[in-house]
Amino acid sequence: MTAIDYTQEIPVVEGRPTASQIEEIVSIPMDTRPGKIWKILITITSLMLLAGTVALGYTFYYGIGMWGNNNPVGWGFDIVNFVFWVGIGHAGTLISAILFLLRQRWRTGIARFAEAMTIFAVMCAGLFPALHTGRFWLDGYLFPYPNQNHLWVNFTSPLLWDVFAVSTYFTVSLIFWYVGLIPDLASLRDRTANKLKKSLYSIFSLGWRHSTRHWQHYEKVYVILAGFATPLVLSVHTIVSFDFAVSVIPGWHTTIFPPYFVAGAVFSGFAMVQNVLIFVRQAFNLKHIITLNHLEKMNQVMIVVGMIVGYAYAMEFFTAWYSGNDFEMFTFINRALGPYAWAYWIMISCNVLSPQFFWFKKLRRSIVFMFIIGVFVNIGMWFERFVIIVTSLSRDFLPSSWGMYTPTIYDFGVLIFSFGLFFTLILLFVKTLPVVSIAEVKASIPGAQPSHKGGH
Amino acid sequence: MEEKKIFSVAALFDTADEITRAAKETTAAGYTKYDVNTPYPVHGMEKAMNLKPSLLGIIAFVIGIGGVTFAVLFMSWASIIDYPLVIGGKPFFSWPAFVPVAFEVTVLSASVGTVVAMIALFFKFPHNSHALHETNYMKKVSADKFGINISVIDPLFDETKIKEFFAKLGGKDIETIYEEPFPKDIKMFDKRFIGVLVVTALVTSGATYLTLNKLLYMQPFSWMSEQNKGLPQSKSEVFPDGFTMRPPVEGTVARGFIPYEYKGMKDSAVINLSNPLPYSKEIIAVGKTRFDTYCSPCHGYFGKGDSRLHDQFPKPPTLHSDKVRNWVDGNIYHVITNGQNIMPSYEKQISRDDRWAIVHYIRVLQRSQNAKDSDFENSK
Repeated sequence: MTAIDYTQEIPVVEGRPTASQIEEIVSIPMDTRPGKIWKILITITSLMLLAGTVALGYTFYYGIGMWGNNNPVGWGFDIVNFVFWVGIGHAGTLISAILFLLRQRWRTGIARFAEAMTIFAVMCAGLFPALHTGRFWLDGYLFPYPNQNHLWVNFTSPLLWDVFAVSTYFTVSLIFWYVGLIPDLASLRDRTANKLKKSLYSIFSLGWRHSTRHWQHYEKVYVILAGFATPLVLSVHTIVSFDFAVSVIPGWHTTIFPPYFVAGAVFSGFAMVQNVLIFVRQAFNLKHIITLNHLEKMNQVMIVVGMIVGYAYAMEFFTAWYSGNDFEMFTFINRALGPYAWAYWIMISCNVLSPQFFWFKKLRRSIVFMFIIGVFVNIGMWFERFVIIVTSLSRDFLPSSWGMYTPTIYDFGVLIFSFGLFFTLILLFVKTLPVVSIAEVKASIPGAQPSHKGGH
Repeated sequence: MEEKKIFSVAALFDTADEITRAAKETTAAGYTKYDVNTPYPVHGMEKAMNLKPSLLGIIAFVIGIGGVTFAVLFMSWASIIDYPLVIGGKPFFSWPAFVPVAFEVTVLSASVGTVVAMIALFFKFPHNSHALHETNYMKKVSADKFGINISVIDPLFDETKIKEFFAKLGGKDIETIYEEPFPKDIKMFDKRFIGVLVVTALVTSGATYLTLNKLLYMQPFSWMSEQNKGLPQSKSEVFPDGFTMRPPVEGTVARGFIPYEYKGMKDSAVINLSNPLPYSKEIIAVGKTRFDTYCSPCHGYFGKGDSRLHDQFPKPPTLHSDKVRNWVDGNIYHVITNGQNIMPSYEKQISRDDRWAIVHYIRVLQRSQNAKDSDFENSK
């Protein structure tokens, strides 16, 4: 293997493809009929969706009593999954907005895909609190609107902050993604021969003409949106963590939660982006654009945030001891040694230990190995939420009100539904829209920008 | 066939360097109404074209300030003025708790507002009927070429001169782009158009009607209203007598409904009863409302026996006679409770305390009709 100089910016694309070649490569999934792998994958994900729909149907018809939630563990799989999926989404905005503002050009190849993943993950996340309200056809009351009961929502409740945070996050991610898509849709419109595709691309590209008078505003808006999305993404998981931190349950009532949750979100999100991108670049031959260097960069980010998460785990124990609060101390001892200790140690080994392998360059650049670590990180991050929610609720203050939590088959069914939904949407996305921003990649190839020689 | 209207003259270039030079030259030559179309934003092009900086930053700022102001004012209004509710012992204006929502509303309004402003106001999109669409020029700049086109509205526009100018700059595929002729036979009342409108209206209203009137009353949506409980007037499966409503235990006395113990025994009532209520403004006010409701139809608002029933019911005697004025309170109370002659008992309609309040009020009426001189002195 050749040595890599980490002080140099890595190239956005490998080799020297021309602008039209890039368009060609990115358009292949949209121009060709679906291949065998894609068909097998979508069969699996649709079956997951179907199986999950049965669980969802039972939940819908008989209510959330079908789930394992009980008293005292009123929050079970539903909130675990909600926090998990919102976290997955965060990597997308981090890549597309924060790395954009930090002028990390290597993000170009993966930003579009990560943004799409954000949108799909937030959709999956939104499913759970919406279901958890019990009668979710009345979820419209979550929003403050002038109603005949003259009631307003409680603006001081963290659960309402969640409604605003998640819906804002979804909307802003969607428009950010769509604004990025407009020029690409225009390029696709001008190259397709298919009449139906042409009219669809025409509608959604809104009549984009690649005009400099438009590019000028467009670039400005892109920076503004990135500027908005950056604090937004930090606020969303902060507010999600307030659901816990604002309460008085031992193990939840700590100020470390916002940064700890944001780091965890980025951690799991990067693992998910990395996992899915490995599939996409293999299946659609995008290895020049989504390069090994990009995946390596992502693995490096994962070591960093993984260690922040590990630090947070340690700090929680320290704070529990330092607080001198009996309940707080008991909660953490109970996490590591109590009835749910197995979940705790899965979390520690997947989140803290497994990314340490990425210190070795060979492992960091091995596709198979990084894929396995990515899966481990996602499992670990799911268990982190399980540990936080279930251990704290199952044993809080009075031993007389302790209780264990056992999920039912319907809990697993709805979880499978969310995975089915996520991967089905991903598969449909990679087949119908450009997974890489064509305009941004064209602008990044060598010789794309004026050399300051001509015209003077 | 009429002549086609010219839209612009266009030329294509191969590299970003060439197009930047071309744009600079075009600006130098005095053209202003021209556009450069590139597959991606070319750095420095705004400068070459001499464009003013985008105002969208200011727009985003203004909308954001508007969003945060609206959010804070709205939350304050809802929780201080419209529906004040103490939550967790906190003040109505708990501003720290308003921060998350205010922040989210700011980001949401500013992002959506800026993008909508850009698309609708700055770009005037959607605009799929532009002359440049479906031209060879557009297809090339969409892929990998760099185009420049000078519009016919430019004051210096001259087709041949511009073509020569572009050729000198090294432009390729120099061509004149014509406006798409506007189709003449667009009918307002096209059958298909009307059909779509009708179908949309029917589907929307039908779906709304069915959702609100039928769907929401079906299971599982209606399980709140279908509960295993006894409804009034329904048959009971549980109790042997089949009544859902259970009668109270024998001898139970409902609160405020102690039976009248001197029924038909006027003399005992007069001796034993005295008004338990104090003489106060509030109680007299209660007495007045009860008197006006229950007594005044026959006795008149001032107790003069001027019935409002127009002889459909016999007129009672006045309450200002010496006889009634000399009655003790217990006697009046007895008449209201027990009834007298043709007057029925009001025990069921008027509660015990209210009857005593009426007695006070009747005393007020009587005094008002037979005031002493000293009363005038006191009212001075």
